[in-house]
Amino acid sequence: MEIAALLALSSGLFLGWSLGANDAANVFGTAVGTRMVKFSTAAIVCSIFVVLGAVFSGSGTTDTLGKLGAINALGGAFVAAFAAAITVYWMTKAGLPVSTSQAIVGAIIGWNVFSGSPTDSQTLIKILTTWIACPILAALIAAPLFKLTQAYLRWAKFHILRLDAYTRVALIFAGGFGAYSLGANNIANVMGVFVEVSPFSDFDITHYLTFTSIQQLFLLGGISIAVGVFTYSKKVMLTVGTDILPLSPVAAWVIVISHSIVLFMFASQGLEAFLKDAGLPTIPLVPVSSSQAVVGAVIGIGLLKGGKEIHWQTIGRISAGWVVTPLASALVCYIMLFFSQNVFLQDVYH
Amino acid sequence: MGKVSPLFRRTRLIEARIDEFLDHISESGIIFRRAVKGYLQSGPAEEFDDAMLHIDDIESRADELRRTIEAELYERTLIPDLRADVLTLLEDMDNLINVCEANCYRFSIETPEIPEEFHQDFNNLTETASECIDAVVMAGRAYFRNIQAVRDHTHKVILLESEADKISTKLKRAIFAADIPKVEKIHLRYFVDRIDELPNAAEDIADQLGIFTVKRSI
Repeated sequence: MEIAALLALSSGLFLGWSLGANDAANVFGTAVGTRMVKFSTAAIVCSIFVVLGAVFSGSGTTDTLGKLGAINALGGAFVAAFAAAITVYWMTKAGLPVSTSQAIVGAIIGWNVFSGSPTDSQTLIKILTTWIACPILAALIAAPLFKLTQAYLRWAKFHILRLDAYTRVALIFAGGFGAYSLGANNIANVMGVFVEVSPFSDFDITHYLTFTSIQQLFLLGGISIAVGVFTYSKKVMLTVGTDILPLSPVAAWVIVISHSIVLFMFASQGLEAFLKDAGLPTIPLVPVSSSQAVVGAVIGIGLLKGGKEIHWQTIGRISAGWVVTPLASALVCYIMLFFSQNVFLQDVYH
Repeated sequence: MGKVSPLFRRTRLIEARIDEFLDHISESGIIFRRAVKGYLQSGPAEEFDDAMLHIDDIESRADELRRTIEAELYERTLIPDLRADVLTLLEDMDNLINVCEANCYRFSIETPEIPEEFHQDFNNLTETASECIDAVVMAGRAYFRNIQAVRDHTHKVILLESEADKISTKLKRAIFAADIPKVEKIHLRYFVDRIDELPNAAEDIADQLGIFTVKRSI
C-alpha cells in the first residue's frame, strides 16, 4: 500500500481512535467506573469484540452510508473523515455530548453539497428516523428487561456476594456483545467513506475463504478503535455512569444489554435477512449513536422508577448535541474541502 | 453444599464466613440469657463463669471472622457499591456481642445484689433482649439473601425493643419503690440500663437495615 493511501486513511484512523476512546465507555463505563470489572479485562474484551464486529458484521451500515453519498476520491474521503474527527474532538473538548455517526453523516452531506452530488433524501430520512428511533427503542427494551431482571432476582434470592459475582461475569459478556455490536454498527463511521476508494485488494486465505479489501479496511479501523480503547478510554470510563441516573451494577447490565441489542438490530444483515424471509418489515442498517442508545436505556429505567432521579438537564444538553453535531460537521467538511481543493490543490471528488 | 464452579468457590467461602459470623451473634444472645439466669439463681458461680467464658470465646472468633470478611471484601473489591453498608452492618452486629460480653464482666466484677422479687423481670428483660438480637440477625441474613423479608424481621425487632422498654421502665419503677438502700437502687438501675442497651442497639441496626435495603434494590 502506498504511503499516500495510508496518510489518507489516517483521518479515519483518528476518528476510529476517538470512537474507541469515547464509546467504549458506553459498553464498559459503568462496570469499570464502579470497579466491578478491571479496566485491563474490559479493554481486552472490548478490543477483541470490536474488531470481530467490524470485520464480520460491519458491511450493512456501510452500504447505507454509501447510498447517502459515495465519496469517490481518496482526498475527499480523507477530508470527510477528518472533518468528522475534528467535530468530535472539538465538541468533546467543549464538554458537549457527541456522536461519530452524526458527525460522519454531516461530513458526507458536506461533501455532497461541495461536489454537487445529490443527497439521497430517502436514505437521509431513513437515517434521521433511525436516530430518533434508536433511543426510544433502547428505552422500550430496557424498561421490560429491567422489570424481568428485578422479578428474576426476587425469585432467585441470590446471596449479595453471589449476585455480585454473577453480575461481574454478566457485565463482561454483555460488554463483549456490546463491543461486537459497536464494531458492527459504527465501523461504517470510521471506514465507510474509504470503501469506494479502498487502497487494499482481496486476497485468498484458503481456497474457500477470501479476506476482502473491505474486511481489511475494517480490520484496520477496528484496530484503531481498539487503540483508542487501550490508550484513552479509561479516563472516560471512570467519569461515566452516573451522569444521568445513579445506577446499580445490575441496572448497568440491563443498560449495556439494551444498548447492544439496539446497535446489533441496526447492524445485523443476518437479522435483516431473517425478517425478510419471514415476510416481516426489516430494520434499516444504519450507524447509530451508542451514547444515545445508552441514554435511551437509562431514561427507560428512570421512567420506570418514576422519573424523579433523572437529570433532565443532562438529557437536554445531549439532545442539543444531536442537532449541532451533523450541522457543525457538514460545515467543517465543506470549508476543509474548499481549502483542500483550492489551496492544497487536492482532488476531493471526480 | 452442592457442586460449585471454581469461579465462585471463593465467593461461597465468604458467604459461609458471613453466615458463621451471624451465627455467633445469635449465639451470644442465647449465652448471655443463660449467664444472667445462672447469676440470678446462684450468683457468680460455675454456670455463670462458663457462660462468660463462652461469650468471651465467641467474641474473639466473631472479631476474627469480621476482620477476615472485611479484608476479603476490600482486597477483592467485592460489592463495591454496597461494601460500605455491609461493613457498617457487620461492625454494628459485632457490637452486640461486645455489649453481651461487657455486661457479663460487669456482673462478674460488680456482683450486684438483686433481690428475688426482681428476678422475674430481669429474666424477662434479658429474654426479650436475646429475642431482639435473634430477630436482628434474621434481618441481617435476609439483607444478604432475601431483601423482601428484611422488613418482616426489622418490624419484629422494633416491637421487641418497645417491649423491652416497657419491662425496663416497670422494673426501674419497682426498684426505686422497693425498701432497699438508694445506692443499691442506683446500682440495679445501672444493670437494667446496660441490659436494655442490647435491644436499643438492635433497633438502631434495624433502622439502618431499612435504608440499606432500599439501596440494595436494583
